[in-house]
Amino acid sequence: MNQRLKKWVINVGSLLILLLAAILLALCVGEMNLSPTELLSILKSKSGIEYSIIVNIRIPRILLAIAVGGALSISGLVLQAIYRNPLVEPYTLGISGGAALGVALGIVFGATSIFSIFSLPIYGIIGAFITIVIMYFLSMRRTHLNINSILLTGVMISFITSSAIMFLLATTTTEKLQNIIFWTMGSLDEPNITLVYLVLTTSLLGLGVFYFFVRQLNALRLGESHAKYIGVNTSLIIKILFVVASIITGISVATVGVIGFVGLVVPHLLRYWLGNDYRILLISTFLGGAIFLILSDVFARTIISPNELPIGVITGLIGGTIFIIAISKTNKLLKF
Amino acid sequence: MTNILSIKNIVSGYGDKTIIKNISFEVGTGSLTGIIGPNACGKTTLFRTITGDISLNSGEIFIAQKDISKLTLKEKAKKIAIVTQSFDLPNLSVEEYVLLGRYPYNNRFQFFESNKDYEVAHKYMKLTDTYRYKDQQINKLSGGAQQLVAIARALTQEPDLLLLDEPTSHLDITHQVQVLNLIRRLNKEMKLSVLMIIHDLNLAGEYCENLVLMNAGKVHIMGTAEEVLNYKDIEEVYKTIVITQKNPISNKPAVFLVSDEGNTI
Repeated sequence: MNQRLKKWVINVGSLLILLLAAILLALCVGEMNLSPTELLSILKSKSGIEYSIIVNIRIPRILLAIAVGGALSISGLVLQAIYRNPLVEPYTLGISGGAALGVALGIVFGATSIFSIFSLPIYGIIGAFITIVIMYFLSMRRTHLNINSILLTGVMISFITSSAIMFLLATTTTEKLQNIIFWTMGSLDEPNITLVYLVLTTSLLGLGVFYFFVRQLNALRLGESHAKYIGVNTSLIIKILFVVASIITGISVATVGVIGFVGLVVPHLLRYWLGNDYRILLISTFLGGAIFLILSDVFARTIISPNELPIGVITGLIGGTIFIIAISKTNKLLKF
Repeated sequence: MTNILSIKNIVSGYGDKTIIKNISFEVGTGSLTGIIGPNACGKTTLFRTITGDISLNSGEIFIAQKDISKLTLKEKAKKIAIVTQSFDLPNLSVEEYVLLGRYPYNNRFQFFESNKDYEVAHKYMKLTDTYRYKDQQINKLSGGAQQLVAIARALTQEPDLLLLDEPTSHLDITHQVQVLNLIRRLNKEMKLSVLMIIHDLNLAGEYCENLVLMNAGKVHIMGTAEEVLNYKDIEEVYKTIVITQKNPISNKPAVFLVSDEGNTI
C-alpha cells in the first residue's frame, strides 16, 4: 500500500512541476516576451507597465485557465464514471451547449444588470442544468440505458442550442450581437477579477465535492446495479454528481465560452497513464486539465500574434488530434 | 432450524405486469438451496426482487429475521452478497476488484483501505484460488476465473447469505464443476447459506440440498432435491418427457431427457 502511495505522490508531484512550468511559460510568453530572470526582476520591482501587464492580464488568465481546464476535465471524468463510457463529456452531452444558450438568452433579453457580474454565470448554470435534467430523464428512467442514443441526443442538443444561438444572433440588435459573438468565440480574457476568483472557487469546491464521493465513484466501476449491491446509494450519488458537474461546467462555459474536448482528452490520457482509481484520477485530471488549458491559451495568444485565436479552436485541433492518434495506437484507451 | 431468508407472500413485477404471483419460501441457515424452473417462469424476477432491483408490490422479505425494506443499502450488503451470471467487467486488477467488496465496512472518510481490508480480501482470494491472479486485469481472465473472482468479492462482504444468479451458465463443464464445488465447499466448511438460481437440473440435483421449482410466477413444489426432482413434477412444469434416476456414484437425483426416437422405442 505504501508503494502505491509513493507512486501517487510522485505522479501528482510531476504534474505539479509541469503545471509550474506551464505557468512560468504563460507568464513569460506573449506580445511581450520575457526571460525568467527578467520576469523575476519585474515581479520584484512591483511597478511599471510590465508589472501591470503580468499582474492584471497574465495572472488572471492563468488562474482562469486553471479553473476552467480543471473544471471541464473533472466534469468529463465524473460523467464518464456515471455512464461508464469514455466518449461522454460536458461537450458531447450537450451540457456546454445548454450553458451557451442560457448565456446567449441572458444577453439578448438584457437581464444582465439584475445580478450584475454574476448574471452570465447564473444563466450558464441554468442552461447547463436544464440540459442535465433532460439527459438525466432520458437516460436514467429506462432500466437499460442505451449509451448510443444518449450520445446522439447530446450531440443533437448541441446542434439545437447552436441553431438557437444563430437564431438569436440573426434577430437581435447589433450591440448584443457583438456581445454574443465576442463571448461565443471563447477566450480566457476576463477583465473582471472577481469573476475569475468565483470560477476558481467553484471549480475547487467541485473538486472537493467529487473527492467526498470518491469511494462511491470507485464503486461505480462495477456498474450501477453492482455498486448498489455493495451498498452504494447509486441513484442519490448519481444525481449529486450530475448537479455538481453541471454547475461547474455552467460557470466555466458562461465565463469563457464553449471549449470542447478538454473533458474528453485530459481524463483519457490520465486514465491511460494512471489506471482507473478515482482517488488519484480526480486530482491528476484537475491538474492535467489546468496544464492543457494554460498551454492551449499560450498557443492561442502567440500563433497569430498580435491577434488572438479563440481557444476552442486550439483545444479542438490539439485535443481532437491527440485523441485520434492515441486511439489508433492502442485501444486500451477505450477500455474502462 | 432458523431461517436466514424468509420470503412471505411476495408479489412483484414490472409496471402493471405482475410476474411473481404470491411466492413464499424459506432458506434455512447454512443450507444450499437452488431455484429451478423453465425460462420465463420468473426466476430472474424473483432474484431481482430479493436484490432490491425491483420493488415489492406486496409481501415481505426477511433476512436474518430483519425486514429487508428497513435495512440501509450498506447493512443489506453486509448480509447478502450477490453474484450474477455475467457482469460489467471493469478495467481493474483482481485485487482492486475484490477489495471493492469491503465498501460496506469502510467508513465515510476512509481514503485508503485498511490492513484489515487487505487481510480479508486476500483470505478469500486464497480460498477461491484466485490469489495467483492478484495483479492481473479481471477482464483478461477466463470466464470461469472471472466468476471465481466475483465470488471472492462477494465473500469479502462477509455476508450471511450468498445469492447467485446462474453462476455457471456461460461455463464449460470443467469450470461449472470448479465453481459449484467451491460453492458447496463454502457452504459445508464456512456454514455459508447459499441461494442460487440454477438452470441445469442435473447440476441442481447434484449440488443443492433443497430445491424450489418455480412455474409461471409461483412455487410449484419445494423440498429436498430428491423430493422435487421427480419425473411427474418435472414433466408437468417443463412439458417435456423425462426419466429421473440416481447418479450411480453420488446417489444424487439426475434427470434424463427422452428424445422423439427414445420415445418410440
